[in-house]
Amino acid sequence: MAEPLLRLSGVHTHIGRYHILQGVDLVVPEGELTMLLGRNGAGKTTTLRTIMGLWRASAGTLEFAGNDLGPLATPDIARLGVGYVPENMGVFAGLTVRENMTLAARERVLDRARLDWIFSLFPALTKFWALPAGHLSGGQKQMLSIARAMIEPRRLILIDEPSKGLAPAIVDALIQAMLELKRTATTILMVEQNFRMAQALGDSVAVMDDGRVVHSGRMAALAADSALQARLLGLSLGAHQ
Amino acid sequence: MSGDTAETGSIPVPPLKERLLARLPYWIVPALALAGLVLIGDPSTWGTLTLAGLAMGMLIFIMASGLTLVFGLMDVLNFGHGAFISIGAFVGASVLLALGGWTGSGSAVLTLAAVLLAIAAAMVATGGIGWFFERVIVKPVYGAHLKQILVTMGGLIVAEELIHLIWGPNQIPLPRPEMLKGSSVLGDVVIERYRLLAVVLGAVIFAALRWALVSTKLGLLIRAGVENGEMVEALGYRIRRLFVLVFVAGSALAGLGGVMWGLYDEIITAQMGLNILVLVFIVVIIGGLGSVEGCFIGALLVGLMANYTGFLAPKVALGSNILLMIVILMWRPRGLLPAGKG
Repeated sequence: MAEPLLRLSGVHTHIGRYHILQGVDLVVPEGELTMLLGRNGAGKTTTLRTIMGLWRASAGTLEFAGNDLGPLATPDIARLGVGYVPENMGVFAGLTVRENMTLAARERVLDRARLDWIFSLFPALTKFWALPAGHLSGGQKQMLSIARAMIEPRRLILIDEPSKGLAPAIVDALIQAMLELKRTATTILMVEQNFRMAQALGDSVAVMDDGRVVHSGRMAALAADSALQARLLGLSLGAHQ
Repeated sequence: MSGDTAETGSIPVPPLKERLLARLPYWIVPALALAGLVLIGDPSTWGTLTLAGLAMGMLIFIMASGLTLVFGLMDVLNFGHGAFISIGAFVGASVLLALGGWTGSGSAVLTLAAVLLAIAAAMVATGGIGWFFERVIVKPVYGAHLKQILVTMGGLIVAEELIHLIWGPNQIPLPRPEMLKGSSVLGDVVIERYRLLAVVLGAVIFAALRWALVSTKLGLLIRAGVENGEMVEALGYRIRRLFVLVFVAGSALAGLGGVMWGLYDEIITAQMGLNILVLVFIVVIIGGLGSVEGCFIGALLVGLMANYTGFLAPKVALGSNILLMIVILMWRPRGLLPAGKG
């Protein structure tokens, strides 16, 4: 297994009076796609938001490429090269597709070659380049949200349930795009409930339950062991397969 | 999710009726003006009232534009905005009264120089006070609306008392410079010079704000921040700095509006900001929180409505803008052109 790029040790997160993460230990190897699985309410989204600094960890350490993320604010974490695709996609509806992409590129101008590569993965974005993102369909918004994270080379991309609510054909298109992104050796931590997508993309896997990581290992091993799947994922697998 | 073709290839075009309805807010001001013409009957009276309404609307827009951005971007209910209007008026008045020789000379250049200096002084003072206000009063209560109302109201009261302390408890007359007095008659329509200046200045500020919001990276960030501040941060931008900048700019615009309103009324009081604040909030709500375009349309509607009803039915004039707000909110509960919250 590759060297860890991100390491969470004993991370606790409270949201108001709720104790959501209860000692998360997670390792994300560099250059791999790590799947974060688990039933609804297990703490997957909270884990991503805590890594991104959108919610503060109340205890534990988060180490990314030698940096302690704990005291850093969200913009500083993003500037370390961490991209984020939230569950609700976070697309700016009133801004055009071009403006959404320009913001994601920050101070740099849009790299033409990289843009052409993204367009080859998501052709719809070319067509609607000058249209407000609010006019896009759900699948197109998801493509834009992922494209935004890809517009600059990132060291780590956090993606929260990209297949949620999408038609199977769109999920297939997303899988192809993710496979292409994987070829660039970008490290990805992806929350997913669609086991077909998880199986197609994941190199390693961590399964969460009740605010803790209860299993970690290789995705192929989990995919090959239906008894382990049933024990770890139970109903959530049946619902999303 | 709808069909797959919609995902990859096309966007369903809304029906014509829906598209027309979406454009309707842009037609309300001309429609109201036309209704005014029909009801008033006499074109010259209508022309005079329309210019007065547009001038009043533009002045309210100048004061409200900053507040709507602060509302939309920072989700802050800032009742202290009225303080910036009053302080701007008093600082501007001090400069104009000190430059009485210039304003009374009848020279267009000296008059313009005096007014511009007054505006600049007011904007610098209110911008600086705005920065202090944001750091000390607003920052500790981000996200707590009730506390924001209480603490910014408190700030407004303190500011009023400071005005009493510095400039005295009495209202101060602020006569317009000679060059800005009087009017011209175009056909039978009376065109007051100062009202014309207010219309031009308001239009310039609207155009400048719109350009900045649409064509600059900073504007892009502000529009994105109004929709989803958290995502802006996740893209690596420090939104708190943007908050301060917008707050200072909004306070400076309120100061500018205060000088212009003081010259419009030709009298200034410490309470003038609070009195105007009601109209400013109506405009911000009618326009839709965070929308400069909506704020502009809302301000013109309020200005025209106040002048038309003042002429046609003086007894209902006082409540006409509240009525306007109710009607618009019944039609579009989030205002005419709300900035989308993601």
